[in-house]
Amino acid sequence: MKTKPTEAERIEMLRRAKLLTGAEGAAHAMRQINPDVFPVYPITPQTPIIQTFSKFVADGEASTEIINVESEHSAMSAAIGAATAGGRTMTATASQGLALMIENIYIAASMRLPIVLAIGNRALSGPINIHCDHSDSMLARDSGVIQFFVENAQEAYDFMIMSVPLAENHDVLLPVLVGQDGFTITHTAEPILLEEDEDVQNFVGEYEIPYPLLNLQKPTTQGPFDMPDYYFEHKRQQQAAMDAVPDAFDTVANHYAALTGRRYDAIEEYRLEDAERAIVVMGSSAGTMKEVVDDLREQGEAVGLLKVRMFRPFPTKKVREALGHVQKVAVLDRAMSFGSKGPLYMEVAEALFGAGPSMQNYVFGLGGRDLFPADIRQVFENLKNPEEMREMQYIGIRE
Amino acid sequence: MPTIKQLAANEAKEKRFRGGHSLCSGCGIPIVVRTVLNSIETPVVVVNATGCLEVATTRFPNTAWNVPWLHVAFENAAAAASGVESAYRALVKRGKLPADEPVTFVVFGGDGGTYDIGLQSLSGALERGHQFLYVCYDNEAYMNTGIQRSSATPFGASTTTSPEGKISFGKAQQRKDLTAIAEAHHVNYVGQSAISHWHDLSDKVKRAVEVDGPAFINVLSTCQLGWRHEPREAVKVAQLAVDTLFWPLYEVVKGRFRLTHIPEEIVPIETWLRMQGRFKHLFKEENAGALEVIQQQIFDEWERLKERDRNDRAHFAPLQKDQTFTTEFEMV
Ligand SMILES: Cc1ncc(C[n+]2csc(CCOP(=O)(O)OP(=O)(O)O)c2C)c(N)n1
Repeated sequence: MKTKPTEAERIEMLRRAKLLTGAEGAAHAMRQINPDVFPVYPITPQTPIIQTFSKFVADGEASTEIINVESEHSAMSAAIGAATAGGRTMTATASQGLALMIENIYIAASMRLPIVLAIGNRALSGPINIHCDHSDSMLARDSGVIQFFVENAQEAYDFMIMSVPLAENHDVLLPVLVGQDGFTITHTAEPILLEEDEDVQNFVGEYEIPYPLLNLQKPTTQGPFDMPDYYFEHKRQQQAAMDAVPDAFDTVANHYAALTGRRYDAIEEYRLEDAERAIVVMGSSAGTMKEVVDDLREQGEAVGLLKVRMFRPFPTKKVREALGHVQKVAVLDRAMSFGSKGPLYMEVAEALFGAGPSMQNYVFGLGGRDLFPADIRQVFENLKNPEEMREMQYIGIRE
Repeated sequence: MPTIKQLAANEAKEKRFRGGHSLCSGCGIPIVVRTVLNSIETPVVVVNATGCLEVATTRFPNTAWNVPWLHVAFENAAAAASGVESAYRALVKRGKLPADEPVTFVVFGGDGGTYDIGLQSLSGALERGHQFLYVCYDNEAYMNTGIQRSSATPFGASTTTSPEGKISFGKAQQRKDLTAIAEAHHVNYVGQSAISHWHDLSDKVKRAVEVDGPAFINVLSTCQLGWRHEPREAVKVAQLAVDTLFWPLYEVVKGRFRLTHIPEEIVPIETWLRMQGRFKHLFKEENAGALEVIQQQIFDEWERLKERDRNDRAHFAPLQKDQTFTTEFEMV
């Protein structure tokens, strides 16, 4: 159960913190991780991540080989080449860039390459729009990558670091996408705690993969051609790798907590244990929702929040345990799957199948549309009679 | 000049590309691969674009490759190679790989993967200056997917997507001059060779891997299914592509151009076209005009190349008629 820090804890934290945006937080994480190779192509709102990191390298604070490629397709292709070769590899993108990478995202996952990607979540064209929603990350939903959505700059920094040993765990060996909401997190300065460079380096350790291409003594054929006699088994193995993620993440999160005092779980439960009504959401909006939950709690309403951090693999069991006792659940999606319900809703509905809560699905914030506390209060109000709104609802839209 | 014995000895020492693959009889690709790999003294790492070579040599769980080999997708071999080469430099810089044991990075891509869908990633990699050799095996169409036209398919050729027919004489457009495009990146080595001239190719490879930065070699390679010739005539068909001046052999070293082979006797293009089913329709009466256009274009292009050769000739040691240049080449 997460509670707010005390005033004394807050003051102590602020004393040690640095004022950084989420993008800068991610760039600092990369500086401390100091990957071997960083192939990259610019796109808003990812640009401050790569600009900040490029300056670190230009100032000799990291010794990474940056490859300024000519497209995101090539960024991910070069990332695959570098990671296969035996180098720790990271990249960053958003929106159209992730869309252009998608062919290679699937390939990286199938080749079991532990590439960590920072994503500044942004709407997809068309129409072209540079502001936040989660549609871009949802493109990679079925690709075989691990996916996180973070709430704030601190989480952006922390998850970039935790993703490295998670991706490189030999039972896992999968790419990781760390999504931070475009502008809301990437461009907003917040006090965040940075760990010591040396501690981060020790935490991530050395990059070791089972079959580096540059092992000339043991030549390997990587990325071969599969026929129906093997393809299916290879895909099945990807699922086994995904199945290994929850335990691997627990271990990483424990180690990280020992180092930093910050213990992360795949989900975050906020005032849920005796809640009758709850909202499920991912990303920065969870911050606003916590405020609303606190206000409503003060007025005696039994409301709570479930924030999902890990979208792939989806923490089905944890979600069921967290929400099983809640009677009324609204899932707020920041992406659409046209012709069906929202992608987060579908996961939560599957997790709660047979468990009994009445459910609603809302879409909000597409293309950077603001979500106000009043909107959230309205959702909690609507949840009193969930049966009245079984169709998908749109928050803050002009019909 | 390399001898066949030298190449064979290199191959005997370390068989980098083995048998057991399923490339067709009469396919030109294995000649390209073996000649290239046997001409390189250092260890090699190969990156391969999707296409016949990749599909026919790596059917899981088997492989014909005895060197590190990577395939990612169709359009990104040069980008994937950029990543491998950058990781190599990073690991050497950080002392995780020895600095004194050089490795040569070689990319193989077909004309589809190079002229068309992979052109952007090739251009990016050439511009960035990675240390690698890109070899395009140009068999003038997308063969792996069933002989569809590419931008390397010659004018007038019939393919499954530029078929000849009652109102069509085959491909209506000229082929793209990819070697010139590569040259426009001002890289230190660009060359054009053919499977029939293995010594020319071998020399070019040796020189290409010596230069600073990226190098590009475009090798004409036959496809008996797509070109519709007798499998046993593959080398002869390639030889005639050179002797008819359809495919001139040349190189551009640090911006200086020279022809590396001047045919003793220039053969009319008709001879080459007649050997191949893909051009059969051109010999119908109504297509006589197309034949004339083809011959004239070849002569015009040859004149242009000869002029470049004359202009830059002073920068190279002299070359006799019908003599392929030697590795004791000097720029003067
Ligand atoms: C993005 C993408 N588009 C299309 C294909 C289908 N495809 C595979 S190989 C190929 C043609 C390859 O042609 P080329 O590069 O000339 O090599 P060749 O087949 O002649 O060896 C095509 C179209 C693909 N694999 N990926």
